[in-house]
Amino acid sequence: MSVKKAAKKPPLHPMDALLRVDRLPHIWCPGCGIGSVFSTVMAAIQKSEEDLDQIAMVSGIGCTGRIAGYVKLDSYHTTHGRAIPFATGLKLAKPDTKILVVSGDGDLFAIGGNHIIHAARRNIDMTVICVNNFNYGMTGGQQAPSTPFGAKTTTTAEGSPEEPFNFSALAAACGAVYVARWTALHIRLLTNSITEAMNKRGFSFIEVLTPCPSSFGRRNRMRTGLDLLTFYHDRSVIMNDIDPKNASLNFENDLVVGRFVDIERPTFMDNYQAVKEHQIAPWPPPGRKTVEEAL
Amino acid sequence: MAGQAVMTGTYFMNGDHACCEGALAAGCRFFGGYPITPATEIAERMSRRLPECGGIYIQMEDELASIAAVLGASWGGVKAMTSTSGPGFSLMMENIGLGLCTETPCVICNVQRAGPSTGLPTLVAQGDMMQARWGSHGHYEVIALSPSSPQEMFDFTIQAFNLSEQYRLPVFVMADEVVGHMNERVIIPREEDIKIANRRKPSVSPAEFKPYQADPDGIAPMANCGDGYRIHVTGLTHDERGYPVMDDATQKQMTDRLIRKIKNNRHKIIQTENFYLDDAQIVVVAYGISARSARQAMHEARAKGISVGFIKLNTVWPFPEELIRSLAPRLKALIMPEINAGQMVLELERCAGGACPVELVSHFGGALIHPSSILDAITKVQKGKKKS
Ligand SMILES: Cc1ncc(C[n+]2csc(CCOP(=O)(O)OP(=O)(O)O)c2C)c(N)n1
Ligand code: SF4
Ligand SMILES: [Mg+2]
Repeated sequence: MSVKKAAKKPPLHPMDALLRVDRLPHIWCPGCGIGSVFSTVMAAIQKSEEDLDQIAMVSGIGCTGRIAGYVKLDSYHTTHGRAIPFATGLKLAKPDTKILVVSGDGDLFAIGGNHIIHAARRNIDMTVICVNNFNYGMTGGQQAPSTPFGAKTTTTAEGSPEEPFNFSALAAACGAVYVARWTALHIRLLTNSITEAMNKRGFSFIEVLTPCPSSFGRRNRMRTGLDLLTFYHDRSVIMNDIDPKNASLNFENDLVVGRFVDIERPTFMDNYQAVKEHQIAPWPPPGRKTVEEAL
Repeated sequence: MAGQAVMTGTYFMNGDHACCEGALAAGCRFFGGYPITPATEIAERMSRRLPECGGIYIQMEDELASIAAVLGASWGGVKAMTSTSGPGFSLMMENIGLGLCTETPCVICNVQRAGPSTGLPTLVAQGDMMQARWGSHGHYEVIALSPSSPQEMFDFTIQAFNLSEQYRLPVFVMADEVVGHMNERVIIPREEDIKIANRRKPSVSPAEFKPYQADPDGIAPMANCGDGYRIHVTGLTHDERGYPVMDDATQKQMTDRLIRKIKNNRHKIIQTENFYLDDAQIVVVAYGISARSARQAMHEARAKGISVGFIKLNTVWPFPEELIRSLAPRLKALIMPEINAGQMVLELERCAGGACPVELVSHFGGALIHPSSILDAITKVQKGKKKS
């Protein structure tokens, strides 16, 4: 993506309608996978044929968070960890807007962990795309809640002593209505998945295993983006519809990807409206026994 | 009256509830919050009132989320607020900075209790005044109002929304436990008698629009999400286009404007009520609940024949620097009562610039400052040596 400042017309690139060309070149390292995730997101937005004025992107802080600065949408680059609550306020204030949250694994699950679980529980209508590069890329490669046990980072020089989260399982357990995981090399499947997620009413979550050669690969004998991509791609197996608890990221052999969850559940706004209109059943519901009988 | 945003009439209500009614009258239609004593009643009333007025109430998972949601809602074009007390105010600081940097209108009501830390959850203090001024990192200007009664909770919350919309920044209502919980008469005027300000809209096409290009008064028009301008908003140092630029020149340009848009408009922002300044030899300067004790002390002192004046700070930030500077040289002393170990008094001292002594009447929190303590201070100054 080395499009230089250029005349606005004719478009230089099919994505130009969605790209802030006047901000290029971008900041990402050579071989970084974030660029291809970005292209996929833009392709999915184009495929969705939504009115671009009615889509907003929100990100937190990190290499991934910078995507919001290159996309030609209403885009909000917030603070570290707070993309989801910001997006929650935005969505509730403007319920007709499609909201895409794109952020890093550390941003969404470490500093912002409390927010993602509650947004999923509430089923806020938004699509969250988590670029999982197994570390904190922006700050130079520290341990993240995704860092595999034993992997080296600048703060775990002898190997990480912690077990990582399974983000997809966590999102599903918290109530996400759509959960998928792909690698950045699954371009077509990932694009389709993002479109599906955007069309889904409710909280959808997509995890993308993404190469970070500069900060993560380098310390783990995978120096180039291609090394990492090949590694992720060769070891990934597609297992759609399995319980994401079993969708392990076992680096010895299987990196399980696929679409794991696709269910229906009323959104926050559906329920808010129902409560407001007294359309919900009284609580507690009548049990099989009355209190007297139970006693 | 259910369903009406402006509940015109005369009521007996507490300050927290009056704050809600002020917010609704100002056009607030989003509240994101987290319960905390002594601000909880604001969230509770908002949870009932907002849905019936066509707005959204959401109880977030913490105060970090509350303020983030408020900023998001504001960019969604809806007037938004949150309320909290010390511990929650501390948690909000980073995103208050985001709101200041991205120039996001919103209101934060801090019903102060005694700190530090969990402190005295149910008891009064005015200990977060400097935190309101400097609590988020970096350099900026803020606007804060300090109500001293339920009626002022109503009035000042409306003003806070108006100021936030006019000057595009988070505005603080620095209340306290006593004002929040006391019940008093609150008059809610007719809707047509309430002055409402709304954010300035872009007047040019999306192609020409620069989201941070200010008008001559230092304030930039604001494009809400979905208005078709497709802008980028970031807490990174940004230029007029809203694009991050990592250099000292852009840092200067951006920060300078954030500061100047408040400083240059301070005469329109600052509100004080001044009593007997013409003949005063001693002037008491007070805000919030302590202003009530101060006023009482002034009356008692004047009854004894002491020429005391009183400045009630309705806005505490920006501080009325010029007023104090012009008064100080002819005064025996300035006196400030406040429920902390001395915060706003530092500003008073700075503005007095040594031209007259500045006395602090301090209480560390947990109780009000009795008018007699202020009267004692006045009497002491009166009896003391004349200023040389
Ligand atoms: C409150 C706060 N703490 C720490 C930081 C420093 N910081 C910036 S980005 C980042 C981690 C980013 O990691 P991740 O979210 O995984 O994004 P990536 O860069 O890997 O895409 C950290 C710790 C910050 N900006 N704000
Ligand atoms: S540090 Fe890693 S994630 Fe960040 S741009 Fe470089 S390769 Fe990409
Ligand atoms: Mg990361």
